[in-house]
Amino acid sequence: MSGETVIIRRKAGVKPSPRGTEESPVVKWLLISVALGFCFVFLLLPLANVFAQALARGWRYYWASLADPDSWAAIRLTLLVAAITVPLNVVFGLAAAWAIAKFQFRGKSLLITLIDLPFSVSPVVAGLMFVVLFGLQGFFGRWLDAHNLQIIFAVPGIVLATVFVTFPFVARELIPVMQATGTEQEQAALTLGANGWQTFWHVTLPSVKWGLLYGVILCNARAMGEFGAVSVVSGHIAGQTVTMPLQVEKLYNEYNGPAAFAVASLLAVLALVTLAIKTLLEWKQAHDYRRAQAAAAGEPALR
Amino acid sequence: MTQKRFNALPGFGLTMGFTLVYLSALVLVPFGGLLIRSCGLSWGDFWRLATTDRALAAYRLTFGASLAAATANAVFGTLLAWVLVRYEFPGRRLIDALVDFPFALPTAVAGLTLSSLFAGNGWLGCFLVPLGIHGAYTVLGVVIALTFVGMPFTVRTLQPVLEALEREVEEAAATLGAGRLRTFTNVIAPSLAPAILTGFALAFARAIGEYGSVVFISGNQPFKTEIAPYLIYMRLEEYDYAGAIALAVVLLVFSFLLLGAINLLEQWAGKFEA
Repeated sequence: MSGETVIIRRKAGVKPSPRGTEESPVVKWLLISVALGFCFVFLLLPLANVFAQALARGWRYYWASLADPDSWAAIRLTLLVAAITVPLNVVFGLAAAWAIAKFQFRGKSLLITLIDLPFSVSPVVAGLMFVVLFGLQGFFGRWLDAHNLQIIFAVPGIVLATVFVTFPFVARELIPVMQATGTEQEQAALTLGANGWQTFWHVTLPSVKWGLLYGVILCNARAMGEFGAVSVVSGHIAGQTVTMPLQVEKLYNEYNGPAAFAVASLLAVLALVTLAIKTLLEWKQAHDYRRAQAAAAGEPALR
Repeated sequence: MTQKRFNALPGFGLTMGFTLVYLSALVLVPFGGLLIRSCGLSWGDFWRLATTDRALAAYRLTFGASLAAATANAVFGTLLAWVLVRYEFPGRRLIDALVDFPFALPTAVAGLTLSSLFAGNGWLGCFLVPLGIHGAYTVLGVVIALTFVGMPFTVRTLQPVLEALEREVEEAAATLGAGRLRTFTNVIAPSLAPAILTGFALAFARAIGEYGSVVFISGNQPFKTEIAPYLIYMRLEEYDYAGAIALAVVLLVFSFLLLGAINLLEQWAGKFEA
Protein backbone atom coordinates (compact mmCIF):
# COMPACT_ATOMS: atom_id res chain seq x y z
CA MET A 1 0.00 0.00 0.00
CA SER A 2 1.47 3.38 -0.91
CA GLY A 3 1.65 6.31 1.51
CA GLU A 4 -0.86 8.17 -0.60
CA THR A 5 -3.69 5.70 -0.03
CA VAL A 6 -3.04 5.81 3.70
CA ILE A 7 -3.44 9.58 3.66
CA ILE A 8 -6.59 9.40 1.58
CA ARG A 9 -8.05 6.82 3.92
CA ARG A 10 -7.13 8.79 6.98
CA LYS A 11 -8.80 11.86 5.49
CA ALA A 12 -11.90 9.81 4.76
CA GLY A 13 -11.93 8.61 8.35
CA VAL A 14 -11.42 5.00 7.35
CA LYS A 15 -9.33 2.92 9.78
CA PRO A 16 -6.31 1.45 8.03
CA SER A 17 -7.13 -2.23 7.73
CA PRO A 18 -4.22 -4.65 8.06
CA ARG A 19 -2.44 -5.22 4.80
CA GLY A 20 -3.70 -8.16 2.85
CA THR A 21 -0.42 -9.94 3.35
CA GLU A 22 -0.16 -9.50 7.08
CA GLU A 23 -1.92 -11.10 9.97
CA SER A 24 -3.86 -8.96 12.40
CA PRO A 25 -1.71 -7.87 15.37
CA VAL A 26 -3.64 -10.21 17.69
CA VAL A 27 -2.87 -13.28 15.55
CA LYS A 28 0.70 -12.11 15.05
CA TRP A 29 1.44 -11.74 18.75
CA LEU A 30 -0.39 -14.97 19.54
CA LEU A 31 1.86 -16.84 17.09
CA ILE A 32 4.96 -15.11 18.46
CA SER A 33 4.06 -16.01 22.03
CA VAL A 34 3.40 -19.67 21.22
CA ALA A 35 6.71 -19.87 19.34
CA LEU A 36 8.57 -18.13 22.16
CA GLY A 37 6.90 -20.39 24.72
CA PHE A 38 8.11 -23.42 22.78
CA CYS A 39 11.65 -21.97 22.64
CA PHE A 40 11.52 -21.16 26.34
CA VAL A 41 10.62 -24.75 27.32
CA PHE A 42 12.79 -26.52 24.77
CA LEU A 43 15.81 -24.22 24.44
CA LEU A 44 16.27 -21.74 27.26
CA LEU A 45 15.12 -23.81 30.25
CA PRO A 46 17.26 -26.88 29.41
CA LEU A 47 20.28 -24.61 28.91
CA ALA A 48 19.77 -22.60 32.09
CA ASN A 49 19.04 -25.79 34.04
CA VAL A 50 22.48 -27.25 33.16
CA PHE A 51 24.27 -24.36 34.84
CA ALA A 52 21.83 -24.02 37.72
CA GLN A 53 22.17 -27.71 38.62
CA ALA A 54 25.93 -27.68 38.13
CA LEU A 55 26.26 -24.85 40.65
CA ALA A 56 23.53 -26.14 42.99
CA ARG A 57 26.11 -26.91 45.68
CA GLY A 58 28.25 -23.88 45.02
CA TRP A 59 31.42 -23.11 43.15
CA ARG A 60 33.67 -25.06 45.46
CA TYR A 61 31.77 -28.31 44.87
CA TYR A 62 31.71 -27.49 41.14
CA TRP A 63 35.49 -27.18 40.90
CA ALA A 64 36.00 -30.21 43.14
CA SER A 65 33.75 -32.28 40.81
CA LEU A 66 35.80 -31.26 37.80
CA ALA A 67 39.08 -31.86 39.60
CA ASP A 68 38.04 -35.40 40.56
CA PRO A 69 40.68 -37.73 39.00
CA ASP A 70 38.13 -39.70 36.93
CA SER A 71 36.40 -36.58 35.60
CA TRP A 72 39.75 -34.96 34.84
CA ALA A 73 40.85 -38.11 32.99
CA ALA A 74 37.59 -38.02 31.02
CA ILE A 75 38.22 -34.39 30.03
CA ARG A 76 41.74 -35.26 28.86
CA LEU A 77 40.53 -38.31 26.91
CA THR A 78 37.82 -36.27 25.17
CA LEU A 79 40.39 -33.64 24.15
CA LEU A 80 42.72 -36.39 22.91
CA VAL A 81 40.00 -38.09 20.85
CA ALA A 82 38.96 -34.78 19.27
CA ALA A 83 42.62 -33.89 18.59
CA ILE A 84 43.03 -37.13 16.60
CA THR A 85 39.60 -37.23 14.96
CA VAL A 86 39.25 -33.67 13.70
CA PRO A 87 42.58 -33.48 11.77
CA LEU A 88 41.91 -36.89 10.19
CA ASN A 89 38.50 -35.78 8.96
CA VAL A 90 39.90 -32.41 7.82
CA VAL A 91 42.49 -34.12 5.61
CA PHE A 92 39.80 -36.45 4.28
CA GLY A 93 37.36 -33.58 3.76
CA LEU A 94 39.91 -31.54 1.80
CA ALA A 95 40.90 -34.52 -0.36
CA ALA A 96 37.31 -35.57 -1.03
CA ALA A 97 36.17 -32.02 -1.79
CA TRP A 98 39.11 -31.46 -4.17
CA ALA A 99 38.36 -34.66 -6.09
CA ILE A 100 34.59 -34.11 -6.15
CA ALA A 101 34.42 -30.36 -6.75
CA LYS A 102 37.28 -29.85 -9.21
CA PHE A 103 36.90 -32.90 -11.45
CA GLN A 104 34.21 -34.67 -13.43
CA PHE A 105 33.93 -38.42 -13.09
CA ARG A 106 31.39 -41.18 -13.14
CA GLY A 107 29.73 -42.21 -9.89
CA LYS A 108 30.16 -38.80 -8.26
CA SER A 109 26.68 -38.75 -6.76
CA LEU A 110 27.16 -42.30 -5.46
CA LEU A 111 30.40 -41.19 -3.78
CA ILE A 112 28.61 -38.24 -2.14
CA THR A 113 25.87 -40.57 -0.91
CA LEU A 114 28.46 -42.93 0.58
CA ILE A 115 30.21 -40.04 2.34
CA ASP A 116 26.86 -39.02 3.90
CA LEU A 117 26.11 -42.59 4.96
CA PRO A 118 27.28 -42.31 8.61
CA PHE A 119 24.63 -39.61 9.21
CA SER A 120 21.81 -42.08 8.62
CA VAL A 121 23.13 -44.75 10.98
CA SER A 122 22.09 -44.91 14.61
CA PRO A 123 25.14 -44.23 16.82
CA VAL A 124 24.63 -47.54 18.61
CA VAL A 125 24.67 -49.41 15.28
CA ALA A 126 27.85 -47.52 14.33
CA GLY A 127 29.52 -48.72 17.52
CA LEU A 128 28.24 -52.25 16.91
CA MET A 129 29.95 -52.29 13.49
CA PHE A 130 33.33 -51.82 15.13
CA VAL A 131 32.58 -54.44 17.78
CA VAL A 132 31.73 -56.87 14.96
CA LEU A 133 35.09 -56.12 13.30
CA PHE A 134 37.44 -55.85 16.26
CA GLY A 135 35.64 -57.39 19.26
CA LEU A 136 36.83 -60.65 20.77
CA GLN A 137 34.21 -62.59 18.76
CA GLY A 138 34.74 -60.30 15.76
CA PHE A 139 36.50 -60.82 12.42
CA PHE A 140 39.91 -59.62 13.57
CA GLY A 141 39.36 -60.40 17.27
CA ARG A 142 41.51 -63.55 17.46
CA TRP A 143 44.35 -62.02 15.48
CA LEU A 144 44.36 -58.84 17.58
CA ASP A 145 44.25 -60.88 20.78
CA ALA A 146 47.16 -63.05 19.63
CA HIS A 147 49.22 -59.94 18.95
CA ASN A 148 48.19 -58.33 22.22
CA LEU A 149 46.48 -55.44 20.47
CA GLN A 150 43.29 -54.00 21.85
CA ILE A 151 40.91 -51.80 19.87
CA ILE A 152 37.51 -52.44 21.45
CA PHE A 153 37.28 -51.35 25.10
CA ALA A 154 40.33 -49.17 24.45
CA VAL A 155 41.16 -45.73 23.08
CA PRO A 156 41.63 -46.82 19.40
CA GLY A 157 38.05 -48.10 19.31
CA ILE A 158 36.76 -44.81 20.72
CA VAL A 159 38.71 -42.90 18.06
CA LEU A 160 37.41 -45.18 15.26
CA ALA A 161 33.79 -44.85 16.39
CA THR A 162 34.17 -41.06 16.70
CA VAL A 163 35.77 -40.76 13.25
CA PHE A 164 32.85 -42.75 11.83
CA VAL A 165 30.10 -40.59 13.29
CA THR A 166 31.88 -37.30 12.42
CA PHE A 167 33.00 -38.54 9.00
CA PRO A 168 30.80 -36.37 6.72
CA PHE A 169 30.97 -32.98 8.51
CA VAL A 170 34.06 -31.35 6.91
CA ALA A 171 33.61 -32.88 3.44
CA ARG A 172 29.96 -31.84 3.38
CA GLU A 173 30.74 -28.18 4.16
CA LEU A 174 33.70 -28.03 1.75
CA ILE A 175 32.20 -29.65 -1.38
CA PRO A 176 29.63 -26.90 -2.16
CA VAL A 177 32.12 -24.12 -1.33
CA MET A 178 34.80 -25.59 -3.61
CA GLN A 179 32.23 -26.17 -6.36
CA ALA A 180 31.13 -22.55 -6.13
CA THR A 181 34.66 -21.16 -6.49
CA GLY A 182 35.23 -23.13 -9.69
CA THR A 183 38.67 -23.93 -11.13
CA GLU A 184 39.62 -20.72 -12.97
CA GLN A 185 41.78 -19.31 -10.18
CA GLU A 186 43.69 -22.56 -9.80
CA GLN A 187 44.18 -22.79 -13.57
CA ALA A 188 45.55 -19.23 -13.54
CA ALA A 189 47.97 -20.03 -10.71
CA LEU A 190 49.20 -23.11 -12.55
CA THR A 191 49.66 -21.12 -15.76
CA LEU A 192 51.76 -18.60 -13.84
CA GLY A 193 54.09 -21.40 -12.82
CA ALA A 194 52.87 -22.46 -9.38
CA ASN A 195 53.02 -26.15 -8.64
CA GLY A 196 50.09 -28.19 -7.36
CA TRP A 197 50.83 -27.76 -3.65
CA GLN A 198 51.49 -24.03 -3.99
CA THR A 199 48.21 -23.64 -5.82
CA PHE A 200 46.40 -25.55 -3.09
CA TRP A 201 48.01 -23.62 -0.20
CA HIS A 202 47.88 -20.13 -1.66
CA VAL A 203 44.78 -20.21 -3.86
CA THR A 204 42.35 -22.96 -2.89
CA LEU A 205 42.76 -23.03 0.88
CA PRO A 206 42.30 -19.25 1.41
CA SER A 207 39.14 -19.29 -0.70
CA VAL A 208 37.52 -22.09 1.30
CA LYS A 209 38.86 -21.21 4.76
CA TRP A 210 35.52 -20.10 6.24
CA GLY A 211 33.73 -23.18 4.98
CA LEU A 212 36.55 -25.28 6.37
CA LEU A 213 36.32 -23.58 9.77
CA TYR A 214 32.56 -24.15 9.77
CA GLY A 215 33.04 -27.87 9.10
CA VAL A 216 35.78 -28.10 11.74
CA ILE A 217 33.70 -26.60 14.56
CA LEU A 218 30.72 -28.87 13.76
CA CYS A 219 32.99 -31.92 13.53
CA ASN A 220 34.69 -30.97 16.80
CA ALA A 221 31.42 -30.44 18.66
CA ARG A 222 30.14 -33.83 17.59
CA ALA A 223 33.50 -35.54 18.28
CA MET A 224 33.60 -34.22 21.84
CA GLY A 225 29.93 -34.90 22.48
CA GLU A 226 29.42 -38.31 20.87
CA PHE A 227 27.75 -40.68 23.28
CA GLY A 228 26.03 -43.71 21.69
CA ALA A 229 28.79 -45.03 19.42
CA VAL A 230 31.50 -44.39 22.00
CA SER A 231 29.41 -45.98 24.75
CA VAL A 232 29.25 -49.26 22.80
CA VAL A 233 33.00 -49.56 22.18
CA SER A 234 34.36 -47.97 25.35
CA GLY A 235 33.99 -50.69 28.00
CA HIS A 236 33.56 -47.89 30.58
CA ILE A 237 36.90 -48.39 32.36
CA ALA A 238 37.09 -45.51 34.83
CA GLY A 239 40.00 -43.17 34.23
CA GLN A 240 40.96 -44.95 30.99
CA THR A 241 38.18 -45.27 28.40
CA VAL A 242 35.54 -42.92 29.80
CA THR A 243 35.01 -39.74 27.77
CA MET A 244 33.18 -36.69 29.12
CA PRO A 245 29.68 -37.71 27.94
CA LEU A 246 30.23 -41.20 29.40
CA GLN A 247 31.43 -39.65 32.65
CA VAL A 248 28.21 -37.63 32.75
CA GLU A 249 26.22 -40.87 32.48
CA LYS A 250 28.37 -42.62 35.10
CA LEU A 251 27.94 -39.83 37.65
CA TYR A 252 24.21 -39.65 36.90
CA ASN A 253 23.84 -43.40 37.51
CA GLU A 254 25.72 -42.97 40.78
CA TYR A 255 23.08 -40.38 41.81
CA ASN A 256 25.75 -37.67 41.86
CA GLY A 257 23.65 -35.09 40.03
CA PRO A 258 25.69 -31.95 40.74
CA ALA A 259 28.92 -33.63 39.58
CA ALA A 260 27.21 -35.00 36.44
CA PHE A 261 25.95 -31.49 35.68
CA ALA A 262 29.39 -30.01 36.38
CA VAL A 263 30.94 -32.14 33.62
CA ALA A 264 27.85 -31.55 31.46
CA SER A 265 28.24 -27.78 31.90
CA LEU A 266 31.61 -27.92 30.13
CA LEU A 267 29.96 -29.67 27.19
CA ALA A 268 27.16 -27.08 27.21
CA VAL A 269 29.77 -24.30 27.07
CA LEU A 270 31.33 -26.12 24.11
CA ALA A 271 27.93 -26.15 22.39
CA LEU A 272 27.46 -22.41 23.06
CA VAL A 273 30.93 -21.56 21.72
CA THR A 274 30.22 -23.69 18.64
CA LEU A 275 26.94 -21.84 18.09
CA ALA A 276 28.60 -18.45 18.56
CA ILE A 277 31.32 -19.19 15.99
CA LYS A 278 28.74 -20.64 13.61
CA THR A 279 26.53 -17.56 13.90
CA LEU A 280 29.49 -15.21 13.40
CA LEU A 281 30.54 -17.13 10.28
CA GLU A 282 27.01 -16.91 8.89
CA TRP A 283 26.81 -13.17 9.54
CA LYS A 284 30.21 -12.68 7.95
CA GLN A 285 29.08 -14.66 4.93
CA ALA A 286 25.91 -12.59 4.57
CA HIS A 287 27.95 -9.39 4.98
CA ASP A 288 30.50 -10.46 2.33
CA TYR A 289 27.67 -11.40 0.00
CA ARG A 290 26.00 -8.00 0.35
CA ARG A 291 29.33 -6.26 -0.23
CA ALA A 292 30.01 -8.32 -3.33
CA GLN A 293 26.54 -7.51 -4.66
CA ALA A 294 26.98 -3.82 -3.96
CA ALA A 295 30.36 -3.88 -5.71
CA ALA A 296 28.85 -5.72 -8.68
CA ALA A 297 26.12 -3.08 -8.90
CA GLY A 298 28.80 -0.40 -9.12
CA GLU A 299 27.88 1.15 -5.80
CA PRO A 300 30.54 2.02 -3.28
CA ALA A 301 31.07 -0.74 -0.71
CA LEU A 302 29.07 -0.29 2.47
CA ARG A 303 32.09 -0.24 4.72
CA MET B 1 31.69 -39.18 -28.00
CA THR B 2 31.07 -36.42 -25.55
CA GLN B 3 33.53 -33.59 -25.56
CA LYS B 4 36.41 -34.33 -23.21
CA ARG B 5 36.87 -31.38 -20.88
CA PHE B 6 40.34 -30.09 -20.49
CA ASN B 7 41.34 -29.92 -16.86
CA ALA B 8 44.90 -29.03 -15.98
CA LEU B 9 44.48 -29.29 -12.22
CA PRO B 10 46.74 -31.88 -10.65
CA GLY B 11 46.05 -34.21 -7.78
CA PHE B 12 42.98 -36.09 -8.93
CA GLY B 13 44.66 -39.47 -8.54
CA LEU B 14 46.08 -38.64 -5.12
CA THR B 15 42.93 -37.10 -3.59
CA MET B 16 40.57 -39.62 -5.16
CA GLY B 17 42.77 -42.50 -4.06
CA PHE B 18 42.98 -41.20 -0.51
CA THR B 19 39.24 -40.53 -0.41
CA LEU B 20 38.41 -44.06 -1.53
CA VAL B 21 40.90 -45.73 0.84
CA TYR B 22 39.74 -43.67 3.83
CA LEU B 23 36.07 -44.17 2.97
CA SER B 24 36.54 -47.91 2.55
CA ALA B 25 38.54 -48.37 5.74
CA LEU B 26 36.28 -46.35 7.99
CA VAL B 27 32.81 -46.70 6.51
CA LEU B 28 32.52 -49.45 3.91
CA VAL B 29 34.47 -52.17 5.75
CA PRO B 30 32.50 -51.70 9.01
CA PHE B 31 29.26 -51.79 7.01
CA GLY B 32 30.44 -54.88 5.15
CA GLY B 33 31.40 -56.60 8.39
CA LEU B 34 27.94 -56.12 9.82
CA LEU B 35 26.37 -57.27 6.56
CA ILE B 36 28.48 -60.45 6.38
CA ARG B 37 27.74 -61.29 10.00
CA SER B 38 24.00 -60.81 9.43
CA CYS B 39 24.19 -63.10 6.39
CA GLY B 40 25.71 -65.70 8.71
CA LEU B 41 22.36 -65.90 10.46
CA SER B 42 19.79 -68.23 8.92
CA TRP B 43 16.52 -66.56 7.93
CA GLY B 44 14.68 -68.40 10.72
CA ASP B 45 17.20 -67.31 13.35
CA PHE B 46 17.14 -63.75 12.09
CA TRP B 47 13.35 -63.63 12.21
CA ARG B 48 13.25 -65.14 15.71
CA LEU B 49 15.87 -62.70 17.06
CA ALA B 50 14.44 -59.64 15.34
CA THR B 51 10.84 -60.26 16.39
CA THR B 52 11.02 -61.25 20.06
CA ASP B 53 8.24 -59.71 22.13
CA ARG B 54 10.73 -57.36 23.76
CA ALA B 55 12.05 -56.28 20.35
CA LEU B 56 8.53 -55.69 19.01
CA ALA B 57 7.72 -53.54 22.03
CA ALA B 58 10.95 -51.60 21.46
CA TYR B 59 10.16 -50.98 17.76
CA ARG B 60 6.65 -49.87 18.64
CA LEU B 61 8.00 -47.35 21.13
CA THR B 62 10.81 -46.16 18.84
CA PHE B 63 8.57 -45.65 15.81
CA GLY B 64 5.57 -44.36 17.76
CA ALA B 65 7.54 -41.86 19.82
CA SER B 66 9.56 -40.76 16.77
CA LEU B 67 6.34 -40.21 14.83
CA ALA B 68 4.84 -38.18 17.69
CA ALA B 69 8.03 -36.13 18.06
CA ALA B 70 8.33 -35.50 14.31
CA THR B 71 4.68 -34.39 14.22
CA ALA B 72 5.23 -32.01 17.13
CA ASN B 73 8.29 -30.67 15.29
CA ALA B 74 6.36 -30.26 12.05
CA VAL B 75 3.75 -28.12 13.87
CA PHE B 76 6.00 -26.08 16.17
CA GLY B 77 8.91 -26.02 13.73
CA THR B 78 6.69 -24.51 11.02
CA LEU B 79 5.31 -21.99 13.49
CA LEU B 80 8.80 -21.07 14.73
CA ALA B 81 10.21 -20.75 11.21
CA TRP B 82 7.24 -18.56 10.22
CA VAL B 83 7.66 -16.30 13.24
CA LEU B 84 11.43 -16.00 12.72
CA VAL B 85 11.12 -15.16 9.00
CA ARG B 86 8.03 -12.97 8.97
CA TYR B 87 8.01 -11.00 12.22
CA GLU B 88 10.33 -8.57 13.96
CA PHE B 89 10.43 -8.87 17.73
CA PRO B 90 12.99 -8.39 20.47
CA GLY B 91 15.35 -11.34 20.77
CA ARG B 92 14.64 -12.66 17.28
CA ARG B 93 18.27 -13.02 16.27
CA LEU B 94 19.14 -14.72 19.55
CA ILE B 95 16.34 -17.26 19.13
CA ASP B 96 17.35 -17.76 15.51
CA ALA B 97 20.90 -18.59 16.59
CA LEU B 98 19.68 -20.81 19.45
CA VAL B 99 17.57 -23.00 17.13
CA ASP B 100 20.73 -25.00 16.38
CA PHE B 101 21.41 -25.51 20.08
CA PRO B 102 19.92 -29.05 20.20
CA PHE B 103 22.19 -29.93 17.28
CA ALA B 104 25.31 -28.55 18.97
CA LEU B 105 24.55 -29.86 22.46
CA PRO B 106 25.89 -33.37 23.17
CA THR B 107 22.94 -35.73 23.43
CA ALA B 108 23.97 -36.95 26.88
CA VAL B 109 23.72 -33.39 28.22
CA ALA B 110 20.33 -32.94 26.55
CA GLY B 111 19.00 -36.09 28.16
CA LEU B 112 20.45 -35.19 31.55
CA THR B 113 18.99 -31.68 31.66
CA LEU B 114 15.58 -32.67 30.22
CA SER B 115 15.14 -35.51 32.70
CA SER B 116 16.04 -33.17 35.55
CA LEU B 117 13.63 -30.48 34.26
CA PHE B 118 10.68 -32.87 34.09
CA ALA B 119 11.44 -34.91 37.23
CA GLY B 120 9.16 -34.33 40.24
CA ASN B 121 11.52 -31.77 41.80
CA GLY B 122 12.55 -30.14 38.51
CA TRP B 123 11.67 -26.65 37.30
CA LEU B 124 8.87 -27.94 35.06
CA GLY B 125 8.13 -31.18 36.88
CA CYS B 126 7.16 -29.38 40.09
CA PHE B 127 4.21 -27.88 38.18
CA LEU B 128 3.45 -30.77 35.85
CA VAL B 129 3.75 -33.81 38.14
CA PRO B 130 0.97 -32.61 40.52
CA LEU B 131 -1.23 -32.35 37.39
CA GLY B 132 -0.46 -35.98 36.61
CA ILE B 133 1.92 -35.17 33.72
CA HIS B 134 5.03 -37.28 34.21
CA GLY B 135 7.73 -36.18 31.78
CA ALA B 136 10.57 -38.23 33.24
CA TYR B 137 10.93 -42.03 33.03
CA THR B 138 7.80 -42.38 30.84
CA VAL B 139 6.89 -42.67 27.16
CA LEU B 140 6.13 -38.94 27.24
CA GLY B 141 9.75 -38.41 28.28
CA VAL B 142 10.96 -40.29 25.20
CA VAL B 143 8.79 -38.04 23.01
CA ILE B 144 10.12 -34.92 24.77
CA ALA B 145 13.75 -35.93 24.20
CA LEU B 146 13.12 -36.82 20.55
CA THR B 147 11.28 -33.53 19.98
CA PHE B 148 14.27 -31.66 21.40
CA VAL B 149 16.85 -33.34 19.16
CA GLY B 150 14.66 -33.10 16.02
CA MET B 151 13.70 -29.45 16.35
CA PRO B 152 16.48 -27.83 14.25
CA PHE B 153 15.68 -30.06 11.29
CA THR B 154 12.17 -28.76 10.58
CA VAL B 155 12.98 -25.12 11.34
CA ARG B 156 16.13 -25.06 9.21
CA THR B 157 14.41 -26.87 6.31
CA LEU B 158 11.54 -24.39 6.29
CA GLN B 159 13.35 -21.09 6.82
CA PRO B 160 14.94 -20.77 3.34
CA VAL B 161 11.68 -21.83 1.68
CA LEU B 162 9.72 -19.21 3.61
CA GLU B 163 12.29 -16.55 2.77
CA ALA B 164 12.05 -17.38 -0.93
CA LEU B 165 8.25 -17.34 -0.91
CA GLU B 166 6.98 -14.58 -3.21
CA ARG B 167 4.86 -12.03 -1.40
CA GLU B 168 3.26 -11.03 -4.71
CA VAL B 169 1.27 -14.27 -4.76
CA GLU B 170 -0.18 -13.48 -1.34
CA GLU B 171 -0.91 -9.92 -2.44
CA ALA B 172 -2.71 -11.29 -5.47
CA ALA B 173 -4.81 -13.57 -3.27
CA ALA B 174 -5.64 -10.65 -0.99
CA THR B 175 -6.54 -8.45 -3.95
CA LEU B 176 -8.86 -11.17 -5.17
CA GLY B 177 -10.67 -10.97 -1.86
CA ALA B 178 -9.21 -13.90 0.08
CA GLY B 179 -8.95 -13.40 3.81
CA ARG B 180 -5.65 -14.03 5.53
CA LEU B 181 -6.67 -17.50 6.72
CA ARG B 182 -7.88 -18.50 3.26
CA THR B 183 -4.66 -17.17 1.71
CA PHE B 184 -2.72 -19.28 4.18
CA THR B 185 -4.60 -22.52 3.65
CA ASN B 186 -5.02 -22.20 -0.13
CA VAL B 187 -1.88 -20.36 -1.22
CA ILE B 188 0.90 -20.52 1.37
CA ALA B 189 0.37 -23.97 2.90
CA PRO B 190 0.47 -25.89 -0.42
CA SER B 191 3.81 -24.34 -1.38
CA LEU B 192 5.23 -25.07 2.08
CA ALA B 193 3.95 -28.65 2.18
CA PRO B 194 6.96 -30.34 0.52
CA ALA B 195 9.38 -28.55 2.86
CA ILE B 196 7.28 -29.38 5.94
CA LEU B 197 7.19 -33.04 4.87
CA THR B 198 10.96 -33.06 4.29
CA GLY B 199 11.57 -31.51 7.69
CA PHE B 200 9.19 -34.03 9.24
CA ALA B 201 11.04 -36.92 7.58
CA LEU B 202 14.46 -35.58 8.64
CA ALA B 203 13.32 -35.19 12.25
CA PHE B 204 11.76 -38.65 12.12
CA ALA B 205 14.95 -40.23 10.74
CA ARG B 206 17.02 -38.54 13.42
CA ALA B 207 14.63 -39.71 16.15
CA ILE B 208 14.68 -43.38 15.03
CA GLY B 209 18.40 -43.71 15.68
CA GLU B 210 18.63 -41.38 18.67
CA TYR B 211 20.18 -42.90 21.76
CA GLY B 212 22.01 -40.49 24.09
CA SER B 213 19.23 -38.11 25.00
CA VAL B 214 16.61 -40.86 25.44
CA VAL B 215 18.48 -43.21 27.77
CA PHE B 216 18.63 -40.53 30.48
CA ILE B 217 14.97 -39.56 30.45
CA SER B 218 13.21 -42.84 29.60
CA GLY B 219 14.22 -45.08 32.49
CA ASN B 220 14.78 -47.91 29.95
CA GLN B 221 12.21 -50.35 31.33
CA PRO B 222 11.84 -53.41 29.07
CA PHE B 223 8.44 -53.52 27.31
CA LYS B 224 7.61 -50.02 28.57
CA THR B 225 10.18 -47.32 27.93
CA GLU B 226 12.95 -49.24 26.17
CA ILE B 227 13.85 -47.93 22.69
CA ALA B 228 15.30 -50.18 19.96
CA PRO B 229 18.85 -48.71 20.03
CA TYR B 230 18.96 -49.32 23.80
CA LEU B 231 17.89 -52.94 23.30
CA ILE B 232 20.81 -53.36 20.84
CA TYR B 233 23.08 -51.99 23.55
CA MET B 234 21.65 -54.42 26.11
CA ARG B 235 22.11 -57.39 23.74
CA LEU B 236 25.77 -56.41 23.36
CA GLU B 237 26.18 -56.15 27.12
CA GLU B 238 24.87 -59.74 27.31
CA TYR B 239 27.41 -60.73 24.59
CA ASP B 240 24.43 -61.73 22.42
CA TYR B 241 26.03 -60.58 19.15
CA ALA B 242 23.48 -62.32 16.92
CA GLY B 243 20.58 -60.64 18.72
CA ALA B 244 22.25 -57.22 18.48
CA ILE B 245 23.04 -57.67 14.78
CA ALA B 246 19.48 -58.77 13.90
CA LEU B 247 18.04 -55.66 15.58
CA ALA B 248 20.66 -53.44 13.98
CA VAL B 249 19.80 -54.75 10.51
CA VAL B 250 16.11 -53.93 11.07
CA LEU B 251 17.02 -50.37 12.12
CA LEU B 252 19.45 -49.96 9.20
CA VAL B 253 16.93 -51.15 6.62
CA PHE B 254 14.39 -48.72 8.00
CA SER B 255 16.92 -45.85 8.00
CA PHE B 256 17.77 -46.49 4.36
CA LEU B 257 14.13 -46.63 3.30
CA LEU B 258 13.65 -43.31 5.05
CA LEU B 259 16.77 -41.88 3.39
CA GLY B 260 15.35 -42.86 -0.02
CA ALA B 261 12.03 -41.25 0.85
CA ILE B 262 13.79 -38.04 1.93
CA ASN B 263 15.72 -37.89 -1.35
CA LEU B 264 12.49 -38.25 -3.32
CA LEU B 265 10.85 -35.58 -1.17
CA GLU B 266 13.74 -33.19 -1.73
CA GLN B 267 13.50 -33.70 -5.49
CA TRP B 268 9.78 -33.00 -5.28
CA ALA B 269 10.38 -29.90 -3.14
CA GLY B 270 13.04 -28.76 -5.63
CA LYS B 271 10.41 -28.74 -8.38
CA PHE B 272 8.34 -26.28 -6.37
CA GLU B 273 11.24 -23.89 -5.98
CA ALA B 274 12.00 -23.79 -9.69
